[in-house]
Amino acid sequence: MQVLPVLLLVSFATMVLIDLVPGDPVRSILGESATPEQVLAKRAQLGLDQSVVGRYVDWLGNALHGDFGTSLQGNQDVGGAISQRLPVTLELAVLAALIALLLALPSGMYAAYRRGGWFDRATEAVSSALVSLPPFLTATIFVFFLAVNAQVLPVTGWVPLSQDPGENLRHAILPALALALPEAAVWMRLLRADMVATLQEPYVLAAVAKGMRPTNVVVRQALRPSAISLVTVAGLSLGRLVGGSIVVEFMFALPGLGNLMIESVIRHDIVMVQGLVFVVAVAYVVINLAVDVAVAYLDPRVRQG
Amino acid sequence: MAVAQVSRAAVSDDQVVADGVAPDPSAPTSPPGAGRRRRSRRLGLWLAVTWLVVIVLAALLADLLPLKSYSELTGVAAQRPGFRGELLGTDLLGRSMLSRVVYGARASLAVSLGAVLIGAVVGGLVGLVAGFYRGGFDHVVTTLVNSVLAFPPLVFLMAIAATVGANLVSLVIGLAVLTIPTFTRLARANSSTFAEREFVLAARSMGVRNPRILLREVLPNVVPVLLSYMSLLLAVLIIAEGSLSFLGLGVPPPTPSWGGMIAAGRQHLADAPHLVFVPGVAMFLTVFSLNVVGDRVRSHFDITPTTTGGTA
Repeated sequence: MQVLPVLLLVSFATMVLIDLVPGDPVRSILGESATPEQVLAKRAQLGLDQSVVGRYVDWLGNALHGDFGTSLQGNQDVGGAISQRLPVTLELAVLAALIALLLALPSGMYAAYRRGGWFDRATEAVSSALVSLPPFLTATIFVFFLAVNAQVLPVTGWVPLSQDPGENLRHAILPALALALPEAAVWMRLLRADMVATLQEPYVLAAVAKGMRPTNVVVRQALRPSAISLVTVAGLSLGRLVGGSIVVEFMFALPGLGNLMIESVIRHDIVMVQGLVFVVAVAYVVINLAVDVAVAYLDPRVRQG
Repeated sequence: MAVAQVSRAAVSDDQVVADGVAPDPSAPTSPPGAGRRRRSRRLGLWLAVTWLVVIVLAALLADLLPLKSYSELTGVAAQRPGFRGELLGTDLLGRSMLSRVVYGARASLAVSLGAVLIGAVVGGLVGLVAGFYRGGFDHVVTTLVNSVLAFPPLVFLMAIAATVGANLVSLVIGLAVLTIPTFTRLARANSSTFAEREFVLAARSMGVRNPRILLREVLPNVVPVLLSYMSLLLAVLIIAEGSLSFLGLGVPPPTPSWGGMIAAGRQHLADAPHLVFVPGVAMFLTVFSLNVVGDRVRSHFDITPTTTGGTA
């Protein structure tokens, strides 16, 4: 992936979002009652009096310094609002990825090792069902069984990690689990498929023939070459984790980027939406770059080729 | 590789066994239980096809079916499902859940199907040309596709809702743009493979010009592959549309949508679970069936190497 052109295109598309507003964007922001002076001032503040290229250069320069302007509603600093909400979403995504890995790694390895056995068949059925369940449905069902009926976990709200790690985890675990399940299903089947192939390789047979213990063969010999698809897809999963996080934050009333996004969309706060879209898209590109590096580490053929 | 492509490849493996095609000699021998597996798979496929036929017919014929209007108030709010009164109960305002699920299917399927068709035509054509001619155009297309992929689907749709507003046209266009990268990549990969095949060389040596080769030789080979992915992408789009409607940014009310119905009922899970479970089950069964059928169809037509397939 050529990173630089993609980043330039992504940022340009984000910047021109404001031009897609039907009619005069400034008019629709300020309302019909605004005086011509107010309109002119707002236009200058948004840079709409400049050419598209000039506006883009200014906007990108500011964005690279973390300055995304001030929100249209409430005059908040967009960069500040994002960095304030970011830890919640980040924690959710990381926790969800960890849960998904914890579920996918052992079950994928065992299903491949006992290929065609009852565990393999059962996990195949469960995972194809999980892939068809959107996070908002899984989360709704979790809330029903775990939080409302059993009252084990809190249904809404958030406690920052710095304040009380235990309480924080109690609030984060249910949303993270709802996010993790579809990913775990995909990752598990992916690992299983690659590992079934790896386990047929001559060097695995050699290891078995030498009398190496099965767990040793699967974990130490076969896992690394089988993990390449898993790592690639885990990077691509970020988009779904962020998207799912929007829905899950909405349901559990968590103060993350997702809820900020929903609030801004409802209030038609384009400047805030621009900042959010830019941060998320750039994070996606950068993380997938990191994934390419990780794949090169796992697979020597990629490094040489 | 596109997300949908990779993740689907993972969920359905053992394609050789499932297809009944003569097994590759290098492929591993069938594990125990393969026969039972194949039978239960076939049963699952037929159940999935049946559900899809039922839901599509219901959505198409909604106006002709003896259903109450989805906005008509029956008087009893949040009535439980039962054979007396409403089959699937009523919602919080006392409207028929059966009617709302059927009309919700119409909204969901129409929006997603429209988007997939637009995405397949646009993405397919662009990918076809890019894969056949390669060169500068191909570079531009690849960069554009990677840029679209950088926006998480829901974030992209919400950004559109924020600028243009939540209406059906912007929803269909937004969803269509989301499918374009997958179709472009598929068409590009297949078109560049077919461009080097013998029959293309034969046509060229007979003096056929490039545009004609593209239309008469390459296109007919690429179309089945694109069609075979439609079902899987339809499933992805139904989830995306459902998420958006759940957030109140998708299909605008009063038109019922599954996501909107689930959002309306979720605060009342304890006393009226059918408000969530009726549309939830309908959505799950539809997405699940599309995935089952899609996996099957795709493994028939797909020539692009997947992550599975023995040690090749």
